Amino acid sequence: MRRIRVIPVLTIDRERRLVKTVAFGKRTYIGDPINAVRIFNTKMVDEILLLDIDASVDGRGPSFEAIGDIVEEAFLPMGYGGGIRSVDDAAQLFQLGLEKVVLSSEALANPGLVTAIAERFGAQAVAVSLPYAKKLLGGQQVLTRSGKSKTGQAPVEAAKAMVAAGAGEIIVYSIDRDGKWSGYDLATATAVAEAVDVPVVACGGAAGLGDFLPAVQGGASAVAASSLFVYRAPNQGVLISYPDEADLKQQLFQKLD
Amino acid sequence: MITIVDYDAGNPRSIINMLQYLGHRAELTGDPDKVAKAERLILPGVGKFDWGMQRLHDKGLSAPLDEAVKRGVPMLGICLGAQLLTRGSEEGALPGFGWVPATTVAFDRSRLDTRLKVPHIGWADTGWNAGHRMAVDTPEARYYYVHSFHIACDDPRTELCHTVHGYRFTAGVERDNVFGVQFHPEKSLSFGMAVLSRYAGL
Repeated sequence: MRRIRVIPVLTIDRERRLVKTVAFGKRTYIGDPINAVRIFNTKMVDEILLLDIDASVDGRGPSFEAIGDIVEEAFLPMGYGGGIRSVDDAAQLFQLGLEKVVLSSEALANPGLVTAIAERFGAQAVAVSLPYAKKLLGGQQVLTRSGKSKTGQAPVEAAKAMVAAGAGEIIVYSIDRDGKWSGYDLATATAVAEAVDVPVVACGGAAGLGDFLPAVQGGASAVAASSLFVYRAPNQGVLISYPDEADLKQQLFQKLD
Repeated sequence: MITIVDYDAGNPRSIINMLQYLGHRAELTGDPDKVAKAERLILPGVGKFDWGMQRLHDKGLSAPLDEAVKRGVPMLGICLGAQLLTRGSEEGALPGFGWVPATTVAFDRSRLDTRLKVPHIGWADTGWNAGHRMAVDTPEARYYYVHSFHIACDDPRTELCHTVHGYRFTAGVERDNVFGVQFHPEKSLSFGMAVLSRYAGL
């Protein structure tokens, strides 16, 4: 049986609070990230991605102490992204016990940073997140600084450049679908997966277990979601949750054999 | 007290976190005297075989480790730490400790279909062989792996557990007081906790 990683994405703000965005805009306060991680431990989560969505906008580096407090509670592989600007930032994060760093804004501006971190810690330890949105006149482009700056690069083009620089994983993150419960943007996730030979993680829009299978059949190696794992349902209260192993097996893993 | 050997190969903080969470006392040390007097040892490690072995020699830790193990002190190697328990690795030229009759070999890529990558990274269902002191009885156990090399035992009876990445390989070894696991128990949720608890209780 092939296992697929199903990854909760936890977004924290400059106050180190767990928040959830809609289309990288409107924010809802969810709770304490440490609490969420404790719950995810007991729910047998494969991996967690922790993203500080204010770091690059604020022009600051990672909040190492706060991240350390969160990682200390995670008895599972965890990646972190937000404000990583140097090999030294990455080294400090690995010292905290993280498995993986997630680069985005800085990597797109300076692909050499991906290369330098991958050379020192291995490609498997460097993921690049590509948040992208539709352009007004058609097509898509990758955005940086939490969706505030345009790169002019299409997701496939950016993914190829990041893999050439040494990225070991690409997170294809649809801003338009973030928090919308509309399912993944399968066309883009598939196009990126076909263009690169490293694992691709589909992110943005998942509304239920049923969205995972088509993403994997389209070529994604893993699936990530946020709203789905922090809300009871669309427009309802906070509930940290994760699918049961039995449901994952029945509705995902066993359908891939 | 569980003594975790500090030789700058990877980050042992997660191992300490999990042991403390489980209520066990753990200390991280690179002091050869403390290692020589340890009651129970863990040899962690991430990185290349020769680099790790050389680092242990340079820090004066290999001789006290060898004495402690030969005195019967329990030793658990994790990831690179498990590979260092063997006679040597295809990854390097230096001899390993050789406490376990096995060698460390590269993944045989000719036996992996193109979809399967090396390094092998991720969760893998892992089976435990009966008749070993370290064997846990977790149903449907799975653990988190990150590695490009794996252990190959001279004698299948040394194998403690096994998993599959393209083909079946040894995921853990046991020989007298020496134990090794290729996966990361400290990153493997309650599955990993059961392994560290088992070791702490031996």
